[in-house]
Amino acid sequence: MEKLSPEFEKPLLKLEKRIKTLELEPEKNRKQIVALKEKLRKIRKKIFTRLTPYQRVQLARHPLRPIYSDYLKLIFSDFTEFHGDRYFADDEAVICGFGKIDEIKCAVIGQEKGKTTSEKLRRNFGMSHPEGYRKALRIMKLAEKFRIPVITFVDTPGAYPGIGAEERGQAAAIANNLREMMTLEVPIVTSVIGEGGSGGALAIAVSNYIMMLANAIYSVISPEGCASILFRDASRASEAAAALKLTSYDLLRLGVIDEIVSEPFGGAHLAPKRQAEILKKNIKKAIAEVEEKGNYSRNRYEKFRKMGKIKIAK
Amino acid sequence: MSLKSENGLWFKCFSCNEILYKNQIEENFYICPKCGNYFRIGWKEYLKILADEGTFRPLFENIRSDDPLEFRDVKKYKKRLKETQKKTSLTEAVKCGTCSVNLQRIAIGILDFAFMGGSMGSAVGERLTLLIEKAANSKLPLVIVSASGGARMHEGIYSLMQMAKTAGALALLAKKRVPYISILTNPTTGGVSASFAFLGDVIISEPRALIGFAGPRVIEQTIRQKLPEGFQRAEFLLEKGQIDMIVTRRNLKDVVSRVLKIFL
Repeated sequence: MEKLSPEFEKPLLKLEKRIKTLELEPEKNRKQIVALKEKLRKIRKKIFTRLTPYQRVQLARHPLRPIYSDYLKLIFSDFTEFHGDRYFADDEAVICGFGKIDEIKCAVIGQEKGKTTSEKLRRNFGMSHPEGYRKALRIMKLAEKFRIPVITFVDTPGAYPGIGAEERGQAAAIANNLREMMTLEVPIVTSVIGEGGSGGALAIAVSNYIMMLANAIYSVISPEGCASILFRDASRASEAAAALKLTSYDLLRLGVIDEIVSEPFGGAHLAPKRQAEILKKNIKKAIAEVEEKGNYSRNRYEKFRKMGKIKIAK
Repeated sequence: MSLKSENGLWFKCFSCNEILYKNQIEENFYICPKCGNYFRIGWKEYLKILADEGTFRPLFENIRSDDPLEFRDVKKYKKRLKETQKKTSLTEAVKCGTCSVNLQRIAIGILDFAFMGGSMGSAVGERLTLLIEKAANSKLPLVIVSASGGARMHEGIYSLMQMAKTAGALALLAKKRVPYISILTNPTTGGVSASFAFLGDVIISEPRALIGFAGPRVIEQTIRQKLPEGFQRAEFLLEKGQIDMIVTRRNLKDVVSRVLKIFL
């Protein structure tokens, strides 16, 4: 895993490793351990108080970052998974079902990247086929029928670009979700927990309330894709990441999200349980807030209606 | 695909190299009389094909792109906009308005590929949303002709949100029971296909048009194999059940008005 960690984390990992070795003989190395821990704290602070946009992209894709299935376990109780889109298949890149967040019953829908290599393949790295979006919409409609709020978790590089996906109407599936989610008469609360990859992310994020983990990203195109198309050089992804304004801080400023959910210093992967607690508290608060406002579909449309920036010419 | 001219009168077909006279092409609905190749055309030509002459009234021309991200790639987005406006005499990648089709008044939006690949940024999204809202409020049937690579990267997340905005407006239109015909032309991909373009009550495509979510190059890179001939072309989509019909330019106007009559 260490090999897969982003470059900027490596000095930290090296220090941590040294501290661990020294801690084998704590009595003898006490002074050195204290000094190194202080050094570690200082370096971490230096790195994490001014992360570049591309470093955040790397954190959002961090191999140890908690994923949807972690939050599903840590936030919800009595979860029952429902499978399939009733047309073609069960897309395992999306996990849907019903559960409880404390005493609140809710539908839970999220994109799952998987952890081990075999899980990742089974989950297609969190990239849905049309069936995934259709399953998600089926569960949302079911939730609406029984007046149950919908909670969604976004973590996907994007909708899958493949032959089967195109044959079975990837574009139509996403488009349909956008329109139907807009009309849903129950609260929809979304958390972007890792990567918000374009239309594939939006297809489960037409919501009343959208929160984003501090180091998550949400973008119209991946920085690599943007670099290769617009900068004509895929290696300029870091520049593209900055230009796209895809961090949680950018998105809050642009009025596209409602809230940034703080992450433990150094990233969510350093304290997944604590991260889940924070997220849970925020989700509960968001449901209450959306419920209090009521008029779910109308308020949702008004929220999205305002998005964008135009000029009026004389 | 598009036309190249030496002097504005004679053109060469890119597909079969036939030299063609301007009038010859116009009379043949911008299709090569020799090989049947569809030339790429802009909003004016589509309007000519679809609308009764002299009935078009433009709308929302004063809505223009801003530069919310102060974006620059190899060029500043602001500069690119200005240059494109000058080059195309368009103010944005979509032309909106009302017109008559065989005497039936409709609301119409036509995306123009010449303007930054017909890409959808805030201004395109806003114009289309206003058009859809107008269609809903005045009970005017809606026709949108798409030609677009997708969302406009230069406006980042705002471009993505136009997908939700236009789709949401179409939900209002559906509630009012106003028909919407979506016409797909070459190409219709990305954020445009994955929003309003695939939400038509009826979806019509031009022959051979490239239609899909992901572009063929991206798919080939992902699956590391060559795509079969005809993949993502209109005929392929018809076979897979993704569109209602393929209609030639010559028949487009009559089919549109016939379809509208079914629902009105």
